[in-house]
Formats: sequence, structure tokens, C-alpha cells
Amino acid sequence: MSSEIRFTDFKSDKQPTWCPGCGDFGTMNGMMKALAETGNDPDNTFVVAGIGCSGKIGTYMHSYALHGVHGRALPVGTGVKMARPDIEVMVAGGDGDGYSIGAGHFVHAVRRNVDMTYVVMDNRIYGLTKGQASPTSREDFETSTSPEGPKQPPVNPHALALASGATFIAQSFSSDALRHQEIIQEAIEHDGFGFVNVYSPCVTFNDVDTYDYFRDSLVDLKEEEHDPTSREDAKDVILDNEKEHQGVIYKDESSVPYHEQHGVDEDMSVIPDGAPESATDLVREFY
Amino acid sequence: MAADFNWAVGGEAGDGIDSTGKIFAQALSRAGRHVFTSKDFASRIRGGYTAYKVRTSVDKVQSVVDRLDVLIALTPRTIEENLDELHEGSVIIYDGERTTMQDVEIPEEMIGLDVPLKSLAEEAGGAIMRNVVALGAACEVAEFPIENLDSALEKRFKDKGQKLVDNNKEAARAGQSYVADEYDHEFDYDLETTDEDYVLLNGDEAIGMGAIAAGCRFYAGYPITPATDVMTYLTGRIERYGGHVVQAEDELSAINMALGAARGGARAMTATSGPGIDLMTETFGLIATSETPLVICNVMRSGPSTGMPTKQEQGDLNQMLYGGHGEVPRFVLAPTTIDECFWKTVEAFNLAEKYQLPVYLTADLSMAVTEQTFSPETFDMDEVEVDRGNVVDETTIDDHMSESGGFQPHEITDDGISPRAFPGTADGAHMSTGLEHDEQGRRTEDTDMRVAQVDKRNRKVETAREREDWSPREFGDEDADDLVITWGSNEGALAEAVEILDEEGQDVRVLSVPYIFPRPDLSADVEAAETTVVVECNERGQFADLVEHDVLERVDRVNKYNGVRFKADELAAEIKSTLAEGVEA
Repeated sequence: MSSEIRFTDFKSDKQPTWCPGCGDFGTMNGMMKALAETGNDPDNTFVVAGIGCSGKIGTYMHSYALHGVHGRALPVGTGVKMARPDIEVMVAGGDGDGYSIGAGHFVHAVRRNVDMTYVVMDNRIYGLTKGQASPTSREDFETSTSPEGPKQPPVNPHALALASGATFIAQSFSSDALRHQEIIQEAIEHDGFGFVNVYSPCVTFNDVDTYDYFRDSLVDLKEEEHDPTSREDAKDVILDNEKEHQGVIYKDESSVPYHEQHGVDEDMSVIPDGAPESATDLVREFY
Repeated sequence: MAADFNWAVGGEAGDGIDSTGKIFAQALSRAGRHVFTSKDFASRIRGGYTAYKVRTSVDKVQSVVDRLDVLIALTPRTIEENLDELHEGSVIIYDGERTTMQDVEIPEEMIGLDVPLKSLAEEAGGAIMRNVVALGAACEVAEFPIENLDSALEKRFKDKGQKLVDNNKEAARAGQSYVADEYDHEFDYDLETTDEDYVLLNGDEAIGMGAIAAGCRFYAGYPITPATDVMTYLTGRIERYGGHVVQAEDELSAINMALGAARGGARAMTATSGPGIDLMTETFGLIATSETPLVICNVMRSGPSTGMPTKQEQGDLNQMLYGGHGEVPRFVLAPTTIDECFWKTVEAFNLAEKYQLPVYLTADLSMAVTEQTFSPETFDMDEVEVDRGNVVDETTIDDHMSESGGFQPHEITDDGISPRAFPGTADGAHMSTGLEHDEQGRRTEDTDMRVAQVDKRNRKVETAREREDWSPREFGDEDADDLVITWGSNEGALAEAVEILDEEGQDVRVLSVPYIFPRPDLSADVEAAETTVVVECNERGQFADLVEHDVLERVDRVNKYNGVRFKADELAAEIKSTLAEGVEA
């Protein structure tokens, strides 16, 4: 089927209302290409998104999709995957959606290791509410709600993920189309929770974390002596505040996804018409 | 009606009160006697007063009463707490060697049986069995054949080895012999056995069993009293049918996981109690707007805020009816008996899928933790029907496409019910969202489409009103001038109260209503009655408000909100005095 599926099959007929030049265009294109390249089609793919600019992605893509409430996309993705191990699940969120209101769910989704791909479109600002500090904003980044900067260190999502037992941690840059697609693809193919933080610049409200900034500062882990299967190497990269990285930071090749650990392999949408034959046993237990 | 027997064991949490009570209840049930249990417990793991009460009769029992015949008291407080219910001739079994029980005073008109529970248990193999010694003593007092206790002990301990079972049987006999040998007394009790086979289960368990029978395959929840037993029941059982339980990190996650599973095409459920419903309410709106079938079980406890988490109340009715911003249709089902917890759970899943909306299934603490005996046929699995509603497949999906070829999960239809496509259905890919949307699920702010979608969602309710049976259950004297209406777990107490009232020459007609929304039209019933009293465990009379709203007529109320369920004799007295006073202006 993969040969027949083109990435444009994942495009909906809705025109994105993202600002011209928004990093999210590149993030989404990479996701669609990666889905097509890994042999998926819109009818066996489920995309879950939260609230904010990132949350619009389900509208612009064509697949089974749910546009959820703020911060709760990961639990929805978990439910879809548990009910339907046969369906490819992608969850998209922003830095606010994922690391602020949804931070608790992030930690628990990571440690459950549900087999889905989590893409965070990180622009280090709240865009849709017109420019407030986000959990990944720099400590001195001046915004409407932080005129002198948030005065608190940004969340380090990769460190949170590693500490929570992540089996796949990566970072990409939406403007580096090929690398971004390659990294998302690797996350999809990973057996377990594939977490990718994507630098997805906001051209309207963030004049610090710009395309030029990332282009100039990004170090590709492919070109470094980095062993993604080593937690030690991963820790060094994640705690290195001096550099911005892209690439697969950590990958546990022995990862067993949640549903396999729990022996869940059935399509739960199929149920008998009437109580299951052995259900009488349920009553007998109360004798 | 055969005389009933009321028994309790009480002490501190951690004294093994729960398992002792359960063993006795099971012994009675296995001996073919009807059983109704209730629990007094505090919100702590160890310490604090806790009691397990058992009412039993050869006839059906469906309520607690203000009477206690035999009490196993492990602490002095147990006697104090139950003084009102103890009567002349009540037997109190206690261990006078226990430090705290050495100076205990047994009221004069009662019979104190000082049984060295701990010493006898140690002789039988371990101090831990002292409660079983007490059970043996109770069997002797009640002339209840101890072989029935053996069978309950086997059920309880067989997985831990025959040695433990034998030791427990020996411990029970030690208690029995001690009373027989040391007390030359004729007690007033003589518990008959019958050949009936009964099952003994509580409301939470009935809900869990109903969920599995109805094809629920995914459950996500967060532990909260008194809803946790639903999750405990499903864990380890739902897997046998290919399902799975997730203990989520919080209620927000739980309901979103259930939502995801439902979008995946599974029958999914979450259960919680009031505070958890608060947390779930944001997602509730999304579920309703995206027209996702989901069963949300609210096992009510005493609120507001943390309130009294281990006490009874029916205070969340308004929360379930009106909770959430904006206006969205939802159904609210409220089983009124434990067996109905099973059947209404099955119905909740069918209604959720037929009408593609969230269904609140509400029980209350008293029903959730209370065990009652039933004939196994009450839960006849052959009667369970599964109706998945309007689900399309590859062959039928073509009838539900837009002009441009997109599947229309929110198609505007006459009955308000749109087609559903599960993921994997070819050409069915579509968006679901909490944003207002067009027929394809795509965001819209078009004024006409907004109105059309709101109307379509509401039309489902009208369709359901026409197609389903929302009748209340009726009992008492159908020709009586006075009408009593109730909902939730009060039905059992009310049924017995009616018998008491009848003996006292007061006839009432009773309607027990298991549907809060949509609900039966009670106008004619209320208009025909001289006085109408609505009985419920809350202060405001939330259901009474609904009745007044529907009927445009004032009704009287009997409310209880001290955290304790209604008792049959108490309820009879309350109704009688309320009827005597007439409707308050």
C-alpha cells in the first residue's frame, strides 16, 4: 500500500490559518511525509492534538483525528492505541500544551511507553494567545506577561523524558525538512513512545528563537560522536545548555511497548452481540 | 414476613472487620438466607471506628434497620456507637482479656458474652483468627449450623492452603464450644437455613459485571472512594475478554483515555466520585460535542469538596445534569437497586452508542458498598443485548458522504443520529473536535450550521424520549391518595417502609425513578395525588426541584444529609409525619 500512498493524501482541504512563515507548516509536512513513507494511510492513522496553534494540525491533516482539550492529547492517544493496537497513533502538541498544562500526562505517557509518536511543536512562546511566556521560554525572554523575563529556568523536556524512563528521545528543526522527516520516521518506527521535540519557530511573537538562530546554532548529533543507545551520552546532550542539538538523542532498542507488556493485542472495537459466552462465570464468582 | 436477624462486628480499621463481616455474610448467603450488609467506615487506613453490619432473613431484605441482635465488639466504642440499636436481650460478644475491653460495661438489659477470642485463636494456630473465633461464638448464639461457616472459610482461604482453612475451622469451633460450655443460656435466635442458592454482591461489583457483559473493553480510572471497587472488579477480569484497565495518573487523564478508546470504537468507561466528576467536566463537553459514546459512572459520596468521603449522599444530581460550560445533551441514569446497577450499566452502554453521547451512570455510596443476595438468574446473561447504534462499514459508508466525498460523522438527520465510522474503515477518515463543526467534523462558525448542529444534538434526546422506555417502578398501594417519589438507593428502605406504614394504616403509592434525564413525565401522578413527598439523601431536594419544575406544583420533601442512608423504620416515621403536616406553603 505504501507505494500508492502519497503524503498529499494526508492533507485535508482546509487551508491552514497559521501565520505565513510559521514553523508549524514544516513540522506538519514532515509528519505527513513520514507517515506516508512508513506505509500508513489516512484510514489507519489517528492523529490527536491539543489546543493552541499546534492543536490545529488535526484539521489540516486528513486522517481519523481528535482535536482534544488543552493538555490532554496524550491520554487520548493512549486510549486510542489501547483500543486499537492496529492503528498508527500520532499525538501533536505545543510547548504550552505539552509541558505546562499537560506536563503531568507527559511524564506518565513516557513511563507507560505506549506505542505512539509524540510531536511537540516547540516555539518557546504562546502564540495563539498573542505572545506570553511558555514553559520553554528563556529565563530573560521579555513578553507581555513577563516584561523582565519569566525569571525561572525553562523546562527541559528531554531531561524530564529521560528521567521518566523514555525509550526514544529526539529533537528536530522544522525548517530542516529532510532531517525532520527522517527523525519523525524513526520515531514512528520505534516500538514504544517516540518523543520528538521540534523547533518550530513563531515568526510573529518570538524574535529570539528564530529560523536564523536555530540554523546557526544547531549541532546535528549525526555529525558528533554520539551513541544514541547510551543513556550516558543522552544525559550529556540533554544537560548541555550551551548547545542546541538535533537528531536522535536516545533510543532503547530493547523497548517493549505498553500494550505488548500487558498482553493487549485485540481490536477492542469488535465485541459480541450479547454477553460473552463465558460471562455466566462472572455471576458464579459471587456464590 | 419471617423475623430478621441483625448482626454486626465493630472495632478499629485494621481489626479485620471487613473480612470478618464478609465471611459471615457469605456463610448466611450459602445457607440459603437473604442478606443485606452495610458498612460504617472512616476515611483512614488504621484506627477509627469501623463496623460491618449484616441483616439476614429467609425473606428478601433490602434495607438496614435500627436494631442489632448480636454485636461482636472489639473496642468499647463499638458498644457506644451502637447503643441506640441494641435492645433488651441483645448479645454482645467481646474479649475481656483484651486490654481495652477489660473495664467495658455491658448495659444491664443485654447479655455480655466474654469470650477469650485471642487465647482461643492462638490455641487454634494464630491470634489473627480471633475474629473467626467470635464468628463461631455468634453461630452458637444464633443456632446457625457452623458447617455453613466452614464453606465460607473455604471460599476465602482455599488459595492460601488447606492448613489455613483447617485452622480457621478449628478456631470457629473453639468459639462455638466456649459459648456452649461456659454459658448455660437459651438465646432467642434460631437461624434457619434453606436450599436456595444465592449470590452476594455490591453495587460497584454489579456495575463492573454489567460493563463486561455489555462488551466494555476499556476502563481507565483513578482510585477514589466509593468508586474504586468498580476498577478493582474489572482488573483481572476484563482481560479475559480481551480488554484492559489503566490506572491513570488523574481523573483528567482517565476520562481522556476512555474518550480515546471510544473514538477507537471500543465500549469504554470510567468511574469516579463527585470530585473526580469536577475534574472530568471539561472533557465531558468535548465528548458530548464530538458525539462520542461514553459511560461515566459517578458513585456519589458526601460533598461538597472533600466533604465526608466515606459517607452517603445523593448531592451530585445537579452537577451531572448541568455541569460544564455551554449546553450539551447527556443522559443521566440512576439505578435504584443493586441488581439494577447491572442492568442499567448494560443499558447505559446501549444508550451511549445508539444516541452517541455521554451517559452518566450514577450510584451512591450506600448502594456501592452494600452487599445483597440475589438469585443468580437475576443476572441472566442471555438477556443482555448489545446495540451499537448507527455504525457504518465499507459497504454502507458511501451513503454518508458529502458532495466532495468526505465522510459525514455529524450528518444532519431527522432523528439527530449520525453515522459512526471506526478507525480503519476505508474512506471514513474524519475529524472530531470540541469546536463547532460542519457535517464532516470540520471547524465552522457559520451561523446556520451552528444552529443546525445544536438542534441535531438536541434532537437525539427527543428521539430517545420516543424510542426508549423511561418508566419509573411502582409499588405500594396504587390507589393511595399520597404519593412518595424517590431515586437512587432509597428504594429498598422505602419498600420496607411502605410495609411498616401499611401496618400502621397509612397507605402510600411509591414511584422509584431510575432515569434522571430523560425522565418520566410524572405530572399526572403528582396532580392526582393529595400530597407528594420526594425522598432523597441531600439537603436541597435536587430531584424534588425537577419534579416541581416539570409539574409546576409544590411537592413536599424528606431529606437526609448527615452522611447515613435511610433506614426503613426511620423512613416510615418521617413519611408519616410529613404527610400529617401537609405541604408547606
